[in-house]
Amino acid sequence: MVGIIDYGVGNLFSLRSSFACVGEACVVSGDPAVIRGADRLILPGVGAFADAAKKLRESGLFEVVLEEARAGKPLMGICLGMQLLFDRSFEYGEHRGLGLIPGQVVPIAEHIEPGLKIPHIGWNALTFVNPSGIYRGVAEGAHVYFVHSYHAAGCREYTTAVTEYGGTLTASVQRDNVIGCQFHPEKSGGVGLQILKNFANM
Amino acid sequence: MITKRIIPCLDVRDGRVVKGVNFQGLRDVSSPVELAGAYSDAGADELVFYDITASAEGRRLFTDILTQAASRVFIPLTVGGGINTLDDFDRVLKCGADKVSVNSGAIRDPSLIGRAARRYGDQCVVISADVKRVNGVFTVFARGGRDNTGLEAVEWIRRCVGEGAGEVVLNSMDTDGVRGGFDLEMLRAVSEAVSVPVIASGGAGKIEDFVTLFKTLPRVDAGLAASVLHFGEVTVTDIKKALRDEGINVRL
Repeated sequence: MVGIIDYGVGNLFSLRSSFACVGEACVVSGDPAVIRGADRLILPGVGAFADAAKKLRESGLFEVVLEEARAGKPLMGICLGMQLLFDRSFEYGEHRGLGLIPGQVVPIAEHIEPGLKIPHIGWNALTFVNPSGIYRGVAEGAHVYFVHSYHAAGCREYTTAVTEYGGTLTASVQRDNVIGCQFHPEKSGGVGLQILKNFANM
Repeated sequence: MITKRIIPCLDVRDGRVVKGVNFQGLRDVSSPVELAGAYSDAGADELVFYDITASAEGRRLFTDILTQAASRVFIPLTVGGGINTLDDFDRVLKCGADKVSVNSGAIRDPSLIGRAARRYGDQCVVISADVKRVNGVFTVFARGGRDNTGLEAVEWIRRCVGEGAGEVVLNSMDTDGVRGGFDLEMLRAVSEAVSVPVIASGGAGKIEDFVTLFKTLPRVDAGLAASVLHFGEVTVTDIKKALRDEGINVRL
């Protein structure tokens, strides 16, 4: 059973539908008991880092996610949910994240050519860096769907894929059982479904 | 590098796709759910569902269809038509939409964009503008092109982006339905004025129109198409292969 963590941030309809499509049971919940009972966890998120981190704390799920991940349960953060896995973010100030993966979240503007549109929005290609089980059956150069203005930096050791946008952006990370995808697998067609299926089989 | 996007647009009335549709291999070509699935399989990068219903019954049918499509199609979905309030945003987002396109609703109440962007994020709010030349001035029209608002288009779109719109769909009424190519002059004016993605709409009649669009205006991010695709004369894949052959980056 995949537990999709509902802490009041983002639209969970497509994630739930995606797991249904690949034949994986899932539950969307903000109840700590339900989240602890799931075999693996998805941490979604859109919007601003500080607001999401605050909501995760207020919902009582911040500690739950930390404990479950430290106990070895597979956890996948998506988009802002990925950014929350890091030590800190510099989006409108400096904010603390879960600290499950060393590194920080910085504006993509620091790493791309000037004049490019921000957010980085649309389909872009994956270049694999370090191996990850989530890419089983996914070809190098496959396109996935991104929407973001910040990305993770200082996490080279844990980076599993990058994408080029007038500079190199972190597309995904993995540290043991903790995974982050900057892109939206639930919006990335067949490639995205394969990634979610791989996660469900980890 | 990021790809140029090809986006089929489905106009839905009373639960059916309107405009001529002649899609190979579909049992029911006017079923929005089947058509959405077929376009997704054919490589569409996103889909736009446009609700052109007037009745409450039709609106309920539309949200049912959106829910079914969003359960089966895993690419970004934009919904437009009849979006006047935050409740309308909420209604379609709950049914699986990723982005919501506002047009007349923003003209009636420009604060709608900012309020929606603060609640759902800029990436969720698309400003769609129907624009026609009036005495040589790009002019915004409301209510499906019926009402001349007197607003100058570039100024209006810039203002909407300033309020928080994360993407622009520019529909040229001068080229719409003519199928003689996109309105490059109008698109140039708008794409040079804003820093968010611009989606070209109105006028696509053949594959070369997309090649010309992206070669002439590299700042345009996507091309929207309805009848050229629905009639089955060209496919999304045909368009993308032609773009790739011209050195334009696409997802194939």
